[in-house]
Amino acid sequence: MSIVTVQLGQCGNQIGFEVFDALFSDSDCSQGLCSKRENEAYQASCKERFFSEEENGVLAARAILVDMEPKVINQTLSKAAQSGRWKYARHACFCQKQGSGNNWAYGYSVHGPKHEESIMNLIQKEVEKCDSLSGFFIIMSMAGGTGSGLGAFVTQNLRDQYSNSLKMNQIIWPYGTGEVIVQNYNSILTLSHLYRSSDALLVHENDAVHKICAKLMNIKQISFGDMNQVLAHQLGSVFQPTYSAEGSFHYRRNPLGIDWQIRPPSGLPALGKIPLNKELHFNTSIANLVILRGKDVQSADLGGFKDPALYTSWLDPVNAFNVWKTQRAFSKYEKSAALVSNSQFLVKSLDTIVGKAWNMFASKAYIHQYTKFGIEEEDFLYSFTLLEQVVASYCNL
Amino acid sequence: MTQSVVLQVGQCGNQIGCCFWDLALREHAAVNQKGIYDEAISSFFRNVDTRVVGDGGNISKGKICSLKARAVLIDMEEGVVNEILQGPLRDVFDSKQLITDISGSGNNWAVGHKVFGSLYREQILEKLRKSAEHCDCLQCFFIIHSMGGGTGSGLGTFLLKSLFDIISKIDLMVNSGKLGTTVKPRSLVTSSTGSFKKRHKKPFDAMNNIVANLLLNLTSSARFEGSLNMDLNEISMNLVPFPQLHYLVSSLTPLYTLADVNVPPRRLDQMFSDAFSKDHQLIQANPKHSLYLACALMVRGNVQISDLRRNIERLKPSLQFVSWNQEGWKTSLCSVPPVGHSHSLLALANNTCVKPTFVELRERFMRLYKKKAHLHHYLQVEGMEESCFTEAVSSLSALIQEYNQLDATKSMPVQDLPRLRIAM
Repeated sequence: MSIVTVQLGQCGNQIGFEVFDALFSDSDCSQGLCSKRENEAYQASCKERFFSEEENGVLAARAILVDMEPKVINQTLSKAAQSGRWKYARHACFCQKQGSGNNWAYGYSVHGPKHEESIMNLIQKEVEKCDSLSGFFIIMSMAGGTGSGLGAFVTQNLRDQYSNSLKMNQIIWPYGTGEVIVQNYNSILTLSHLYRSSDALLVHENDAVHKICAKLMNIKQISFGDMNQVLAHQLGSVFQPTYSAEGSFHYRRNPLGIDWQIRPPSGLPALGKIPLNKELHFNTSIANLVILRGKDVQSADLGGFKDPALYTSWLDPVNAFNVWKTQRAFSKYEKSAALVSNSQFLVKSLDTIVGKAWNMFASKAYIHQYTKFGIEEEDFLYSFTLLEQVVASYCNL
Repeated sequence: MTQSVVLQVGQCGNQIGCCFWDLALREHAAVNQKGIYDEAISSFFRNVDTRVVGDGGNISKGKICSLKARAVLIDMEEGVVNEILQGPLRDVFDSKQLITDISGSGNNWAVGHKVFGSLYREQILEKLRKSAEHCDCLQCFFIIHSMGGGTGSGLGTFLLKSLFDIISKIDLMVNSGKLGTTVKPRSLVTSSTGSFKKRHKKPFDAMNNIVANLLLNLTSSARFEGSLNMDLNEISMNLVPFPQLHYLVSSLTPLYTLADVNVPPRRLDQMFSDAFSKDHQLIQANPKHSLYLACALMVRGNVQISDLRRNIERLKPSLQFVSWNQEGWKTSLCSVPPVGHSHSLLALANNTCVKPTFVELRERFMRLYKKKAHLHHYLQVEGMEESCFTEAVSSLSALIQEYNQLDATKSMPVQDLPRLRIAM
């Protein structure tokens, strides 16, 4: 069961490299705190999932690198090759010269259609190398032009061309105080488009990762490299094979096959009011997944996660909570735990971005840069409407 | 990677341009130790096999043979260009990429624009086309000229107009931007149109150096690698919220002159503070007292994202941003520092502090225009009419009015606009 990764833009490619490196380093560990047989099964599964083997036995990442300017891809390819342990496949990258100018419209309406065939061909080649395809993992940022605009376009194409495969987008939420001035526009356009074509959006906020580096890891001069490594570590602990007693292949569970999309049952009363007597200590969740790795996983007590107070009233915790336990340790940590959650956690950030974009939109600032390439005011309005609906839906949980 | 072509017009434009090419060569020499012609160098230089006669000599890869600047040198008198061609940079310029005349424009915009414009139109278009053909992927034209003289201003603006015409025809330029570096300090020093410019060599060298460095730093993140790249088209995307408000204010720290080799390394945070101080601005203005529409910080050297964030948080409270762009920052990190420094910062802002400059310009203009002083020099040129003057003033007034409207919003409290309501 293999996952094909698509790395888009500077952010996507920089992170993608760190992810594969983290996956490889973890898999390469001979010391897994489990039996040799378990370790070998784990390694084999990881290898099949994320790497393909080239003629001389070297592992090549199952990934496509896409960027509209060459510097980052060149750097990424050479970093991987330099490590000597794994690399990117030859001809696995698509590159142009001019960049997208931080313009979502340019990424989506100009680069997208122009390079559609080349990019989809590259993806097809990588898919053909897989015995069986679990799905796609798309890494992109929301703030720039390529990751956001071209990313939205490619995801749409993947939905059309591979309608039976799962698609998960790893999105990087930009810092609140600007990396790019038009980041709020780019973000709402990206989110509204991905909403319609992606199966799940896994979000990492730069502000949050930055805080982790500062407070939990005590790094003094935090670089993007540091942040990307933290991210890669988190992703690795979620995506590495997890043990499942069913079936003969114990590490076959598809990490992308998470039931993220849950619709409220029909026949509920109008969801206009939030009950005032509900204590709002936790964000209300509709799905939680805990992944435990390492020592003593079988005896871990997860009762706290089954508390109905964590979940919305129309869900039974039994249906909403899942736990995957694997004895094989991750990245030399004796014990590690990861939580993937579909909850109200992101509502505040989403609301903030929509608000800022709305204020800017009202003054019509920068709109001419988008209409130049075919994204009109109606497209903006549609995005705003859709996202307000998402915010409202989550608030009403 | 894309290429850029530099068009240097007039005495000022060429002197600054010359300074720029010198610095560019130094910078690439410092970074490129192996002498291989790479994509970074190709953004401003062609690699030519000088043994080949004619146009076929372009070498796209391999060792550096002979570097030729992607430049077109234009001046209506020969002195400055000749000096460049006899100086240490003579081999850097392609002798075919020159347009010169003998008589000069006499500090007369009309002569530069109408007379020399029509005289040299074909040649100009030809040289531009040639320079574009030498590029794999041309992204940007840089036009360096002054506003005060005759050639730089008149022929310079004619050049700009011609570019508009050909841009639509050349397929290469899908998304191109033209950045014009106008030397404000110089034109202010020599006062309004019509005055006689003295050729001061020494003081201008330092100024030219600053402007040349500005151009270099502007393009550094596009040429060299970094953890957060910024291309030239991102500058126009992020810093121009409305098409007519495309005037940018810049500041550069640390400021260096040709003589300053042993400048002690400034503390990192001091570099950021300086960039927003009145003294480091490259026009006479204080952006802190005016309204920011957008601000870009281009950092070079060993600076990481946390340093950038810390300084933005620190400086934000003292700066006023327009209500719809409270967090209007565009940032970039380039790992290659400039020659001789461990780090540097170029701040580009779209700020209403340009308004006083325009207001003063209009006042000085009106003082002359009311008296009809020097007017006959312009009107006697074929194609020039009084309407040219009145149109120019009204366009300037409209611009000032736009800035006035924005300034009026300065002290108003920021209010969030009512959002769309969704029926569930």
